[in-house]
Amino acid sequence: MKVYRADLHIHTCLSPCADLDMSPRKIVRRAADLGLDILGISDHNTCDNVPALRGAAKGTALIVLGGMEICSREEVHLLGYFDADTDLFAVQAALHRKLQDVGESSFRDDQVIANAEDEVLGFHEKLLIGAVDLSLQEIVDLVHRYHGLAVASHADREGFGILGQLGFIPPDLPLDGVELRDPSSPLRGSLRLPLLTSSDAHHLEDMGRGVTRFTLGAPSVTEIGRALRREGGRGTEF
Amino acid sequence: MMKLSDVVKKTGAKVLAGKARLTAEVTGGYTGDMLSDVLAHAQKGALWLTVQAHPNIIAVAVMKGLAGILLVNGKTADPETLAKAEQEKVALLSTPLNAFQAVLKLQDVEKKK
Repeated sequence: MKVYRADLHIHTCLSPCADLDMSPRKIVRRAADLGLDILGISDHNTCDNVPALRGAAKGTALIVLGGMEICSREEVHLLGYFDADTDLFAVQAALHRKLQDVGESSFRDDQVIANAEDEVLGFHEKLLIGAVDLSLQEIVDLVHRYHGLAVASHADREGFGILGQLGFIPPDLPLDGVELRDPSSPLRGSLRLPLLTSSDAHHLEDMGRGVTRFTLGAPSVTEIGRALRREGGRGTEF
Repeated sequence: MMKLSDVVKKTGAKVLAGKARLTAEVTGGYTGDMLSDVLAHAQKGALWLTVQAHPNIIAVAVMKGLAGILLVNGKTADPETLAKAEQEKVALLSTPLNAFQAVLKLQDVEKKK
């Protein structure tokens, strides 16, 4: 068992609302400066920059976990993380069949697909700030069907947070965890689900503002799931 | 014809951003807090009444060509939303009224069409 410092909510230049400076190499360099061991890459409704991040982290000690921040029909943000890229991309394909389409998106140019050398490969055509026409329950089920972890994003934030949108967390929703933006949020004492904190960084300087220390057997999504459930000496701390 | 400046007067609204846009004409209205619903149904030139105050509302207003956004229940916007509104030249207003009360004050806009 080892303790890993993880920031599991990082947007790249592919998210239309994120800084262009959130490029693969710059993100990896910043993570090294901050002494982070694990990064979770979670762009809005897409995972297309995950391979570039993995490439940029190659040869460093940094572990890149692949994920997405999915916007449900109720406009609740949900983080999905996967160990296998085949699962990650299969889920993306399923989501994109249901992603709202409003014709031409004026934000295309803000949605940069990069390679590991920080070069622009292209621009994402989909409306990534849009919502997927699937319920929160359906998305959690989809994530689980592909062996992923489902974490409610920034529950202590009104916009797109599960509490702000739904008023309460449905008791039968099988979430693996709930993310808090503010580690000292009053929700910490009242939620009965496993908690973690992450930065939700859209700019380089925001990275590492939320760090969870995971005690894991290995740095993987599966192990993080076990840590959230506190299995076999694993755990979380923030 | 109703202008955004009339909306300010009728609903006792504060102008949070986009002052230069106050002379713009309002040709209709839409009330909703689901961005996907507004994207699907709001008409160009409409005033949008909502409680949502995060930066994405500005993106929606730009994409749909809305006349402006009226935050209800005295909502204020976060600094990022304000900056985005100024940058995209979107009028962002805030009224102490709730959406129902505000619509009642603005009903002429649909009647006179």
